[in-house]
Amino acid sequence: MNGYDVVIVGAGPAGMACASEACSAGLSTLVLDEQPRPGGQIFRDIEVSDRKRRALLGKDYGEGARIAGAFRASGAEYVPGAVVWNIDSAKRIDYSAGGRSHSVEAKSLVVATGAIERPTPMPGWTLPGVTTVGAVQILFKTSGIVFEDVVLVGSGPLLWLAATQLIAAGSPPKAIVETVPKARYREAARHFGKALPAWRYLAKGFAMMRAVKKAGVPVHRDATDIAIEGETVAAAVTFAAGGRRQRIETAHVALHQGVVPNQQITRLLNCQHRFDESQRAFLPVVDESFETSVPGVFVAGDGAGIGGAKSAEMRGRLVAMRIAEKAGRPAGEAAKLRAEIAKDAAVRPLLEALYAPSADILSPADTTMVCRCEEITAGQIREAVALGAPGPNQVKSFLRAGMGPCQGRMCGLAVSEIIAAAKGETPSTTDYYRIRPPLKPLLLSELAGLGAEEPREAAE
Amino acid sequence: MPQRIDGSGETIRFTFEGREIAARAGETLAAALIAAGETTTRASVVSGAPRGPYCMMGVCFECLVEIDGVPNRQACMIVAEPGMSVNRQKADEVAA
Repeated sequence: MNGYDVVIVGAGPAGMACASEACSAGLSTLVLDEQPRPGGQIFRDIEVSDRKRRALLGKDYGEGARIAGAFRASGAEYVPGAVVWNIDSAKRIDYSAGGRSHSVEAKSLVVATGAIERPTPMPGWTLPGVTTVGAVQILFKTSGIVFEDVVLVGSGPLLWLAATQLIAAGSPPKAIVETVPKARYREAARHFGKALPAWRYLAKGFAMMRAVKKAGVPVHRDATDIAIEGETVAAAVTFAAGGRRQRIETAHVALHQGVVPNQQITRLLNCQHRFDESQRAFLPVVDESFETSVPGVFVAGDGAGIGGAKSAEMRGRLVAMRIAEKAGRPAGEAAKLRAEIAKDAAVRPLLEALYAPSADILSPADTTMVCRCEEITAGQIREAVALGAPGPNQVKSFLRAGMGPCQGRMCGLAVSEIIAAAKGETPSTTDYYRIRPPLKPLLLSELAGLGAEEPREAAE
Repeated sequence: MPQRIDGSGETIRFTFEGREIAARAGETLAAALIAAGETTTRASVVSGAPRGPYCMMGVCFECLVEIDGVPNRQACMIVAEPGMSVNRQKADEVAA
């Protein structure tokens, strides 16, 4: 079996920067990533997007080219299209690539699997034509696909960024339906002064809102009771705003309520987690160098708490420096980098206060489907709690919630929130699904090839 | 209807439910299907209700399709190849 000083899972900004830094410290480094090309979701297809598309996506997207270029030149081994399906406590990583499984051993493991979009259960959210806002961006980045009738629904910086990019492409969204309650602006304003060191983010935010206004995109603010109508595909989005019920016809609805750490690997490894009330999500417990409660397992980037692409790149470098230091290799100056990371994070309290998930999403109606795979409603989950199910894992046993092909990725956070609210406790107490291998379904033929590259022991 | 903002890239062809779909070389099956107006990729195993690509990043498993007879493939994670025969995943195929 191959062994490496560092194995990094994920080739987004954190994974790529971590690999570059680890290689420059002389550590043998392997990067495993599910996508065919590096970049993660934020810099998706950065290597193949042409100048026109890059210009439309903006300057921050273009930054990815520098990070990817350094990564390609770093000397790190890189396996694209690699699906990690198990990691054990000895940091042996099993992954599938090219139709068969492989195993590698890591002295240090860096989880750089970033963020996923928060589950947004609402009536009609399973209809074809309904996607996340992230999906709309991915279609733009990878294929230059835009929709003339897309309605962006929810809250968060990504909503405004996607709108700005679509406007630049000459295909503005049909409308923005924002769920931020008016009272939130007052709450968020308290954090404005402290956010000033990260003024660039504030300036970008205001510029995006100005661009939306200039383009004449209708913005419906303080929207509640959102539902998507349609028989077999999405046909319209309805909501209450401005004191009346409104309806916008569209075949494409994009939902967003912020992004949250992808916990699958850190949960699988039994790393300690905590519920962060400000980010409204579970975060792995990490030290100042982003090492988890499991020695030698680090989380670089948004997986350790949402900080954005710039922070992810810096955190990736910091993690590599710490691994190099522990291995007795020359490591870069960490103190300065830590200060930069802190400065970059100054905008977060404001964003987290302003764009906290809407009450409708955290507490869906009884009839709303929460687990998409197994079609389990919020009401069924509350009923299971009333019958005595103490937490997510018992609700899973009662109802099969979280047992479909997505393995709880799409419902986990919502299920924890609903149980916590029903029991009158915090999600921290309720906790989360137990995550078990395989992390992703794999074909038996992929499993059958595992270990075949190693010399077989003579059968006697 | 979805539109493409540029004409870059070589065109390749595969079939979806017997219909010929044009894809840009290097893009995923799910992206090519959405560009062609095909938003329904599978039927729910529970109710049979139609589902389509939701996250486009391998998380939601709503874009499961059958590729050349092999079920449970994530259309958003697999690059379209010339001549692939892709079908919607029926509700009774999931356990296969």
